[in-house]
Amino acid sequence: MDIAFAAETLVSLLSALPLTLELAITAIAFGAVLALALALARLSGILALDWFARLYVFVFRGTPLLVQIFLIYYGLSQFGAVRHSIFWPVLREPYWCAVLALMLNTAAYASEIIRGGLLSVPHGQVEAARACGMPRFMIFRRIVMPLAIRQALPGYGNEMISMVKATSLASIITLMEITGVAAKIISETYRVIEVFVVAGAIYLAINFLLTRLIAFVEYQLSPHQRQLLPMTGRLKGESH
Amino acid sequence: MSNPGFLDIISFGPDGWGHALAAGAWMTILIALAGFAIGSVIGTLGAWAKISGGRFLRMFADAYTTILRGIPDLLVIYLFYFGGSAVVTAVGQFFGAEGFVSFPGFLAGTLAVGVTSGAQQTEVFRGAFRAVHPGELEAATACGMGRVLKFRRITAPLTLRHALPGLGNVWQVVLKESALVSVTGVVELLRQAQIGAGSTSLPFDFYFIAAMIYLAISTVSGACLNASERWFSRGVRRG
Repeated sequence: MDIAFAAETLVSLLSALPLTLELAITAIAFGAVLALALALARLSGILALDWFARLYVFVFRGTPLLVQIFLIYYGLSQFGAVRHSIFWPVLREPYWCAVLALMLNTAAYASEIIRGGLLSVPHGQVEAARACGMPRFMIFRRIVMPLAIRQALPGYGNEMISMVKATSLASIITLMEITGVAAKIISETYRVIEVFVVAGAIYLAINFLLTRLIAFVEYQLSPHQRQLLPMTGRLKGESH
Repeated sequence: MSNPGFLDIISFGPDGWGHALAAGAWMTILIALAGFAIGSVIGTLGAWAKISGGRFLRMFADAYTTILRGIPDLLVIYLFYFGGSAVVTAVGQFFGAEGFVSFPGFLAGTLAVGVTSGAQQTEVFRGAFRAVHPGELEAATACGMGRVLKFRRITAPLTLRHALPGLGNVWQVVLKESALVSVTGVVELLRQAQIGAGSTSLPFDFYFIAAMIYLAISTVSGACLNASERWFSRGVRRG
């Protein structure tokens, strides 16, 4: 391994880091909103919405992400109606096509995770909230959602990590994020090992920080499961 | 440039792309199967290293699974494709060949898919082995079975039964990952669709058909896996 070359590679790959993060964060953020909508559609009890969400999840989980990216980036331009619509300035850009594909894809996986979280909320909690006189939306905002998020977080963390990894596919539609730059350097210099090690280390670092972050949020959200601090002094009323 | 309709594309006639797409789908299945097979060999060894290996082996297996699950599959495919080519070129130059020799894409692709799925299968097998009741293994030892006999008759079948749902998930991932092998130029389903899209300028039709074929393969294989799961768990009481 050539340390000087590896350091040089690190500098050029780090300049591509913002794009990777931007792709991942945008896709995860938009995807989460869509996923919540899909999960609620599945649980809504309205047959049409339920079947739409089922079909959506089935199609997006059953086909490779790369095919979805190609369908959006190359496929949509086949139709004149798309090319002349107001969406064309957006759909022409590889960046927004990649974000759109990643977002639609992650929404399918995340909706199942969120649905699992929503289903895991004990019925008694909802009943108690109703008994307190909370309206439906308030029950959802104050009781169901926080409990469901806590439950879904570990699964959602895995999905976020696979999204970070999935941003690498954006390089195939010409976006120069980390993998794109790495492939360019490899094809220019034929020094595979150095580039692979440096690029891999960057991805590992991102995913390591992401795991720590999720573990921290999980810790914050579950004060009831933490070990009690040792009591100092006596409790009131137990002095005899 | 011809402009065929949707049905013309999927027909098996002289102008249709049916044969080409079917061949592509077959190649996709081959890549996925080969990659999955390599992965299960690696997974078995990895799980063995993690369960009963020494400190060094365990550390090595831990590093392998952590790294391979933390970096993109595309990067691994590039590593094998370009890395393989670099090695083959070096060997070729040693024997007096001129210029760049490229590594076969199929081999690079299956190795890459195998190594990434091997990391997932390591975890699947390890978890499945943990689910085997230690009493059953003890009973086998008490019956006087040797190590190999015990592994063949007791450990392997019980572990496999517990591993089946996890292996099904890994298979679905492998099938979708095989689409990435198209970057090495292997004419599998997605690459074939790209070729078709390029020569007819109907990208949507071709990628849509490819997506439907992927969906069909994953649905059929998923159903088979479910059926085998039921079959192999027929001795287990549920609930």
